[in-house]
Amino acid sequence: MATAMDVETPMDAGGEYELDLGNLLVARARDPVRLSNGTAMTEEERDAEYVESGRELVQELVDRLFNMPSTVDKAGRLVKLPKPSLQLPREKPLPKARPMTKWESFAQTKGIKKRKRSKLEFDEGQEEWRRRHGYKRVNDDNDIPWIEAKSGDEPGEDPFAKLKESKKERVAKQEKNQLENLKRAAKQGGKGALPSTLQLAATSLAITGSKQSSQRVSKTDLGDAAGLASTATASIGKFDKKLPGEKPAKKLGKHRKFLPVVDGEGKEKELITNVMRKVLAENDFSGLDVNKAVRAHNVEESGKPSSKKIGGKKRADGAFKKGGSRKGMSPGGKPGRSPGKAAGRSEKKSSFGGKPGGKAGGKDRKGSKR
Amino acid sequence: MLRIVKPKTKRAKRELEKRAPKLEENSKKLLLLHGTKTTANIKQVLSDFYHLRKEGGKAIKYTKKNDAIRPFEGGGETSLEFLSQKTDCSLFAFGSHSKKRPNNLVLGRMFDHKVYDMMEVGIENFKSIETLGGGRKAAPQAGSKPCFAFVGEKFESDPKFRHFKDLIVDFMRGEVVETINLQGLDKVFICIAVGDKVVFKHCAVRFKKSGTKVPRVELIEAGPSMDMILRRNREPSADLRKEAMRLAPKSSKKKIKNVSTDSLAGKVGRMYVPSQDVGEMALTKMKGLKRERREAAAAKAVSKQDQSESGAGDVAMGEAEGSPKKKLKSNGA
Repeated sequence: MATAMDVETPMDAGGEYELDLGNLLVARARDPVRLSNGTAMTEEERDAEYVESGRELVQELVDRLFNMPSTVDKAGRLVKLPKPSLQLPREKPLPKARPMTKWESFAQTKGIKKRKRSKLEFDEGQEEWRRRHGYKRVNDDNDIPWIEAKSGDEPGEDPFAKLKESKKERVAKQEKNQLENLKRAAKQGGKGALPSTLQLAATSLAITGSKQSSQRVSKTDLGDAAGLASTATASIGKFDKKLPGEKPAKKLGKHRKFLPVVDGEGKEKELITNVMRKVLAENDFSGLDVNKAVRAHNVEESGKPSSKKIGGKKRADGAFKKGGSRKGMSPGGKPGRSPGKAAGRSEKKSSFGGKPGGKAGGKDRKGSKR
Repeated sequence: MLRIVKPKTKRAKRELEKRAPKLEENSKKLLLLHGTKTTANIKQVLSDFYHLRKEGGKAIKYTKKNDAIRPFEGGGETSLEFLSQKTDCSLFAFGSHSKKRPNNLVLGRMFDHKVYDMMEVGIENFKSIETLGGGRKAAPQAGSKPCFAFVGEKFESDPKFRHFKDLIVDFMRGEVVETINLQGLDKVFICIAVGDKVVFKHCAVRFKKSGTKVPRVELIEAGPSMDMILRRNREPSADLRKEAMRLAPKSSKKKIKNVSTDSLAGKVGRMYVPSQDVGEMALTKMKGLKRERREAAAAKAVSKQDQSESGAGDVAMGEAEGSPKKKLKSNGA
């Protein structure tokens, strides 16, 4: 603006004025003569002088404003102000343009243009004009009373469930695409590139090799992870710089424990005796049956087991049989159990066959052709 | 793994949209708070500043002690920046008191919720709105657009004083407006550079009759009034200043000619109509306009003129003859 920052010398002495009409600001470079020799004045007089010097400036501003072209309104005279010449900083950075989505950039390279589609479409089933999307939309999946069976259909498959499933998949795919686009935008343009109402947040800790949990990470989990990370240095985090306001690690891992240097409870003695006992047990023959050992040695030498041993084996076999028969007889409830199981299975089968019909009954689809 | 976080309610969404960076920004909000040790004076200064700015929710005052805030020390502004983010305030005034810096007030600005610049002033000779009476009858309206008057050469030459001027204008100017009602000019902030301090006064403006078009201005002290000793200050780095001073690009929308909006009719346009050549136009042919009749009429007029030259009485008779004829005609119809 040409008139915004005018420096002019008015008629009365006192110095030059600087006017910024956009901010209603007026400044005078030189102090009035009175103010400089104000040491002898009382406090009240000085205050009055200060106000008076301000008044002169405001009068100057008012002179200027009242002489500007104005329009008369009910409330008073309105004057159009120029833009402020004293530029002040913004409070937030300029908004960034939204980066293109993957589809948009693809469409641009291919020269695909967006077509405007009408909001309404004619629904032939309902024979009326309906919205393309949203409530009471055209060809709504929820309003289909039946689905014609096709030759390729698998028996026992619920076509309604299939429809629902496919819708779910499409929604999930769209959500994934949206997330990918946002991630790319955040990577390219930083925080400001995302829409103001959306944020990207971590879902869970990215620990390699672990399965991602679907639940949100709790504050304590994050604290634990941060604690572990902060001590994962050669010095167990002892010499690392702490951030301002950083709290000590909450959950520390297991530490190695060492025996006390000075033994008071005889723990060391116990440990040594344990080792001694193990070593001595290897050379201890006090509990050995010499006859048995010789027999075993002989058998090993000749490669033939003695007749006595074969008989023993037979006995063992019989004992096994005996045990088996006893086992089969003892539980009384077992014979009745298998038919029950079978009944359960058959019931399941029947319910599987009847399931879609039952569902259709619930949703008023009794006439569904299958 | 990342996930999208959306506001759960419409209200929250609206709030986020309000806070989003815009080309034309909202007017700045002021956050007032104090440290662990204060004096009655500094608290009163804060509440007076709050009183000046509170209209339209443009100021937020905290009354708890804040021990983690030390704006000029490294890491001492984290808490401040967090509060700025939380309350969406980009101006702050932090009061404190210590032996080294008694009655201390830190005035500062934020850019993108990070400290942009700040200045420390010592308050002396303070008179609150209450003690000065708030201008009594001439009390300025809350939230009205203030004027500023700066007296002193230092506001031009001394960088510290210049910084102070910048800050005070940002703190007090309120909304940037295009038009102003001249009757609504009712308050002024006066800053006078005296030695190493600034005399700060808030006055009510009163217009008196002067006999001319321009009224005579009278000022009545409304308070607060104080002397501010300029202490430490921190100016923004050149990069940050450049970033913060960026202007919004001029809108690419071209002004459409000859189209305006009307409160009643909505969109009103003026169309180009080429000048009409009536001579060339094909109009309906009327009997009276045929050439022979035109000629006959002209001849008649000439003969009439001749008669009028010979005697005026004949003309009067002719007229008298004409009138009964007309009557007959009307009777026949």
